[in-house]
Amino acid sequence: MAMTLTLSDSAAQGTQDAPRRRPAPVGAHVAIKGLSHAYRRHDGKVLDGIDFEIKAGEVVALLGRSGCGKSTLLHMLSGLTHPSEGEVVINGNTIREPSPKWVMMFQAPSLFPWMTVAQNAALGLKFTRRNDQIAKRIPEILDLVDLGAFADRNAQELSGGQQQRVALARSLAPKPEMLLLDEPFSALDAFTRRNLQRDVRQIARDLGLTLVLVTHDVGEAVRMADRVIVLKANPGRVFEDTVITLSEEERSGGSDEFQAEHSRLMNIYSQAADAPGEATETTNDFTQI
Amino acid sequence: MSDAVQLPSTILRIPRLGSARSLMNALIGIAALLGVWWFGGFIVENDPDLYAFADFAPAPTLERLWEMIVSGEVLTMSGPSLERVGLGLLFAAAFGVPVGILIGRAPRIHEVTNVPFQFLRMISPLSWMPIAVMAFDTWDGAIVFLIAMAAVWPILFSTAAGVRRIDPAWLKVARNLGARPLHLLGTVILPAIAVDVMQGIRLALGVAWVVLVPAEYLGVTSGLGFAINDARDTLDYSRLAATVVVIGVIGFALDAAIGQLVKKFNWVRATAH
Ligand SMILES: Nc1ncnc2c1ncn2[C@@H]1O[C@H](COP(=O)(O)OP(=O)(O)OP(=O)(O)O)[C@@H](O)[C@H]1O
Ligand SMILES: [Mg+2]
Repeated sequence: MAMTLTLSDSAAQGTQDAPRRRPAPVGAHVAIKGLSHAYRRHDGKVLDGIDFEIKAGEVVALLGRSGCGKSTLLHMLSGLTHPSEGEVVINGNTIREPSPKWVMMFQAPSLFPWMTVAQNAALGLKFTRRNDQIAKRIPEILDLVDLGAFADRNAQELSGGQQQRVALARSLAPKPEMLLLDEPFSALDAFTRRNLQRDVRQIARDLGLTLVLVTHDVGEAVRMADRVIVLKANPGRVFEDTVITLSEEERSGGSDEFQAEHSRLMNIYSQAADAPGEATETTNDFTQI
Repeated sequence: MSDAVQLPSTILRIPRLGSARSLMNALIGIAALLGVWWFGGFIVENDPDLYAFADFAPAPTLERLWEMIVSGEVLTMSGPSLERVGLGLLFAAAFGVPVGILIGRAPRIHEVTNVPFQFLRMISPLSWMPIAVMAFDTWDGAIVFLIAMAAVWPILFSTAAGVRRIDPAWLKVARNLGARPLHLLGTVILPAIAVDVMQGIRLALGVAWVVLVPAEYLGVTSGLGFAINDARDTLDYSRLAATVVVIGVIGFALDAAIGQLVKKFNWVRATAH
């Protein structure tokens, strides 16, 4: 835990002393156009008419209750699944297959148990024939997630939180333009989860990555996201698209501003969850604060 | 948790010396086996009807075994057998591993092949003997074929089961990180199933070693099976018993060696979570 604090403490100091200069975003710009999806073994549409854009370097949370299609939408963004209708356009190109430029992270770290931490982290570079970069990049990236000392350990010998950080390093090593997180912290204890939420947001901002995060934890959305897209279920549609206007310090929780944002979002979330199954078009009232 | 259950185990247990204790227990087992063997020999020796078979007893057998080791006869007779078993296993693995991977990956292929393969598996390998003899020009070819027929099923089914147990998330992660099909095979599938393949080979070796001896009763004039048959025909019972011991010892050693490989390829570590 001490190690996690070191990383984030230095980051927090940066924001206090001087306004942190954000690098020109290398992140992906995403446009989701008329996207609908139906699964073969599932009645009706899981997603229906999803349309929104994500700016390069933006941190976006997809919030909604279980089964509303968040994971499905994220899979479409990663190119691992294809939508039945509509398209996902990243940096001007319709995506048709997965790419190490937009990497997905799941609830389970899914490390390869026969490999060391460093070997796991190096996989993306290996698969994309960038073996020559491994020696330099992997120690760097393991330091970034505070696991430098664990490079040669077997992946199974790490705690759950450490494993999730290896998964983060593995996703970051091939220098992606976008990180897609599907409830990656939900299996962790509250303390580790808070630290990782802070660290991941910080890392994404420092690197200028686009970050899309799926969650049904309102607090997580408020802590991490610049913008929250609340989905409603049956079929999955955008219920509300709202901006979180909190400074980095306010995001750590406790402040009145945090509480206010939390209640506001919780309110929208409940409305979305209670929205009738076959919704009418009236659900798209954008209230941006 | 009654005292009655705990008491004997505390008496037998040599505290804090796990490996010493298991070695000790192994020695007790070996001694018991020798004891039974010796007792059988003792009865045979004292029964006028069976006296002709007295050379099966431990003393003449072990004496003869020593002579056979010194003269190099043990090597000459086990060499060809090992070669046949090795070749049979090699062909079995060359077919069983790729086909097992296909079956494990494609449910369709699994469904199509399941009944035929289960059917073939249930046929005693030795029932192929007449066909093997007709199909192959050499006795050696026929024997290797029989061994391969016996060995292929455990390898194939164990491989397929291993592939089916692969965490789909590993494949998803690898594909997302840019893995091509060959990467998936070399970096995910093969390392993931290495243990299962080795376990299959271990089972296959057990069956192959059993099939070997009757298979070598066929035409060939070398190998352990031939040695057994030959010793029986010449009424050389101490040589016959010594050959039986050789078969047991080599089989045991091969199994133990593959057991070590299984351990080496097993990537599961004891973890707290
Ligand atoms: N492979 C599939 N085949 C058929 N139906 C599916 C499949 N995957 C998901 N579904 C259905 O699609 C809907 C949306 O699933 P999805 O996993 O996207 O939800 P989610 O919002 O991520 O939920 P959670 O918060 O519980 O993870 C659910 O009703 C689910 O039953
Ligand atoms: Mg989900």
